[in-house]
Amino acid sequence: MANHVFGKRIARLEDPRLLTGQAQFIDDITLPDMLHAAFFRSDYAHARIKSIDVSAALKRPGVVAVYTAKDFGDFWKPGPLQVPPPGAIPGAVFNARTLVPIAKDKVRFSGEAIAVVIATDRYIAEDAFADIFVDLEPLDAVTDLEKALQPGSTLVHEDLPSNLAANVKQQRGNYEEAKAKADFVISKRIHIDRGAGGAMENRGIVIEWNERAQMMTIWATTQAPIPLRNSIAARLGLSDSQVRVITPMIGGGFGPKIMTSQADDVLLPIVAMWLKRPIKWIEDRRENFLSTTSERDQLHDSEIAFTKEGRILGVKDVFYHNTGAYDPYGMTVPLNTQTHVLGSYDILNYYTEVRMVFTNKMVVTPVRGAGRTYGVFVMERLLDAAAHKLGMDPSVIREKNFIRPDQYPYRTGITGQDFVENVLDSGNYPETMRKVKEMVGYDRLVKEELPKLRAQGKHVGVGIVSFVEGTAVGPYEGAKVSIDAGGKMLVATGISSQGQGHFTVFAQIAAEQVGMSLENVRVVTGDTGIFHWGAGTFASRGAAVAGSAVHKAAVMIREKAIKLAARYMQVAEDQIELTGGKAVVKGDPSKFMTLGDLAVKSNPMRGVVEPGVEPGLEATAYYGPPYGATGQGAQVMVVEVDPDTCEVKIKRLALVHDCGTVINPLLLEGQVHGALSLGIGNAFYEQMVYDENGQLLNASLMDYLLPMATDMPAKMELGHVETPSPLNPLGMKGVGESGAIPTPACFMQALESALPEYALDIMDAPLSPSKLFHLIKAAKAASH
Amino acid sequence: MSQLKAIKVTVNGVGYEREVEPRLLLSDFLRHDLGLTGTHVGCEHGVCGACTILFDGEPTRSCLMFAVQANGHQVTTIESLGTPDKLNPLQEAFQEKHALQCGYCTPGMLMALTPFLEKTPDPSEEEIREAISGNLCRCTGYENIIEAVKLAAEKMAARR
Repeated sequence: MANHVFGKRIARLEDPRLLTGQAQFIDDITLPDMLHAAFFRSDYAHARIKSIDVSAALKRPGVVAVYTAKDFGDFWKPGPLQVPPPGAIPGAVFNARTLVPIAKDKVRFSGEAIAVVIATDRYIAEDAFADIFVDLEPLDAVTDLEKALQPGSTLVHEDLPSNLAANVKQQRGNYEEAKAKADFVISKRIHIDRGAGGAMENRGIVIEWNERAQMMTIWATTQAPIPLRNSIAARLGLSDSQVRVITPMIGGGFGPKIMTSQADDVLLPIVAMWLKRPIKWIEDRRENFLSTTSERDQLHDSEIAFTKEGRILGVKDVFYHNTGAYDPYGMTVPLNTQTHVLGSYDILNYYTEVRMVFTNKMVVTPVRGAGRTYGVFVMERLLDAAAHKLGMDPSVIREKNFIRPDQYPYRTGITGQDFVENVLDSGNYPETMRKVKEMVGYDRLVKEELPKLRAQGKHVGVGIVSFVEGTAVGPYEGAKVSIDAGGKMLVATGISSQGQGHFTVFAQIAAEQVGMSLENVRVVTGDTGIFHWGAGTFASRGAAVAGSAVHKAAVMIREKAIKLAARYMQVAEDQIELTGGKAVVKGDPSKFMTLGDLAVKSNPMRGVVEPGVEPGLEATAYYGPPYGATGQGAQVMVVEVDPDTCEVKIKRLALVHDCGTVINPLLLEGQVHGALSLGIGNAFYEQMVYDENGQLLNASLMDYLLPMATDMPAKMELGHVETPSPLNPLGMKGVGESGAIPTPACFMQALESALPEYALDIMDAPLSPSKLFHLIKAAKAASH
Repeated sequence: MSQLKAIKVTVNGVGYEREVEPRLLLSDFLRHDLGLTGTHVGCEHGVCGACTILFDGEPTRSCLMFAVQANGHQVTTIESLGTPDKLNPLQEAFQEKHALQCGYCTPGMLMALTPFLEKTPDPSEEEIREAISGNLCRCTGYENIIEAVKLAAEKMAARR
């Protein structure tokens, strides 16, 4: 009788407007008298600004204002750290150099804003760039991670003694002792590069300052509406209550839209107050590549010490992490790397050291995977080298080292991005591996199918890897659930949405508790005027953390409704059932009150209320985990290579994933599909290519290759294991980043397996047909 | 300031007479001059396909055309397909198969697929992949989009 919607494959509530072009995205918002902003940006990656002359631009018809750093006076200052420094880690060195809103004396990356033009339309604003004259003294660009730390290198930040942004050392056990006991030690130098978030919608902001009402309304494509609201209000000297940040529909996040305190959100609000007209800024694709954050490269010198039976005794990993020209996002990405090298494995001796380096490149903040991909890549490549040395199947060496199901909670001794020890809460790692092998028929694949294809002259290979995914980290999220007189439910939470289906899954979680059908539920995310406590959408935490808060609030509403209904209908509480939007007496369907009736009764307009009772059918709840929940999985890929063209076709792709309790299997599959496609991009197609002058050579979709439909395998085979997390009431773990984490490592293993005659030993990601060609060529030359 | 040109464009069967600058992109004309914001802009390089509309029935990137080039022509946009209360079979299939997540590439996808399904009412998977190879999607990995097109083809055949 009760409507059960949790755990069901339900089509999304938000789709009809999206499908018909009737949803509201940032550039769909038009306000009367609105002006348009455009940022004049540096071509040089590293240069001193000697003078800026905007006088000609000011004369252009349609240009209302042009601002440079000096026009902002004391308002101009480096932004706050988005993420605190790693003070929790002993011995950590961190040099904070946060983004400046607009370049003042120096530009430090190609694309850094130097001036902002405000005009009556975007075309004229961009025309005005031709009228702006900047006298720049070019400096040598710092682009190479190792050279950047050598004495005598040009300095990105001249007030620091070097380009070292941070140094963090962590360890567990004693690696050197473990190494001494090992039968084998293998060292590898591994270089991994990632790239842009690549959302189909670029960033944007619309700001309206209502002078009469003394109220600012901001629409923004942000993953962090509440921090954005707080920072803007503080900067303008306004009360938090005078600034409302609303997120419209957002066309994809993938990480970079978490970043705040950039040129647009720092400068345009004050400009809107000065000009007393609404301001709109919409980023274009080239700007997105140049000056929206992304991920960059890491260079690892790593070592694995193991026994001849294939047991890992220890791992050492010393790496450089490229943070770009500033480090506003702290150590989030490299800390994720440090925790994720350990992966799914029981490794008692581990030494990890990161040297974070400033370069004259765009700033790094997380992109789907957020540092985990690098860590997993290093470990999986080391394991492959060890397996090869021992003549062991790659899956077997992993099976020998998995954390066992009876070892949870598994303490790693390594501090993660949330500044607490990374503890693996639950899982069944042998089972995800077993299941993926069963799904693809791994033994038959390896022993029969692939050898048969190879005998026909095909260059086919298989990769098999495992990975962990740290998710659902704190600090906390909150939610408000309320039912109105019309029986309609509002679910509001502070995080924002970028397409992952929050409008449906949060409705499912809440409706489940009160027996209401989904079409009566309205979910609002990312509107600080409706809910204003919380951190944001990142680290695959929306469903597990905000969803847990939604659940808690919905349970409170349920209890309140039952209590009220029992009192009004004069029955015991355990005789009340919530179903079909009503509170019904069990066994007597004619005795009921609708949830709307109860909402009215709980909010009297006259009379006396009981002390201590809150009005309405409304509840607010918060949830914060002690540490993040850890998802995990195993992946198999079969590839076929054409050694002449170096084209690689993915013939099979299978992923088994454990994200604990599943809210909506249909949406879960979508998340894994999307993550896999980004992972494929990071394996073979996507790389932001900078030259030695810090010029981004491929700042367009023509040359930065996002995977197309024809690059994907015919089918992504998905399997699930469900080990509920003990950390939240519903047992959920995140899944948003899943497939983005293991795919590059799996791809490289599969390629090596497809071309064994070349003994490729791929220690570089991403590849591309051209890089593969050169690898094969070098291998051929080496063998002669 | 360049001279304005008078144009007459039929969009979704409705005639519009406007004066526009020669350099005004068709995508901006549709979105901002006519308020038809369903057509989205992802790159303005002609690569991503989010801005795909039909120009005299042919799928075309509106970011690579000027509004003046549409003078005297027929433009069809996403707004001509179903409505939120009455989705057309292709849109229904997209919803059932979870073929959209953020929805930003979706209008372009649907406009590329609409004439494709008319020409190829019983498409193979390979044909579907080719048909959407000019539309980038970052969210779905394309798999559910392909499933949706197969389902739409079935629905449309059943209704004939």
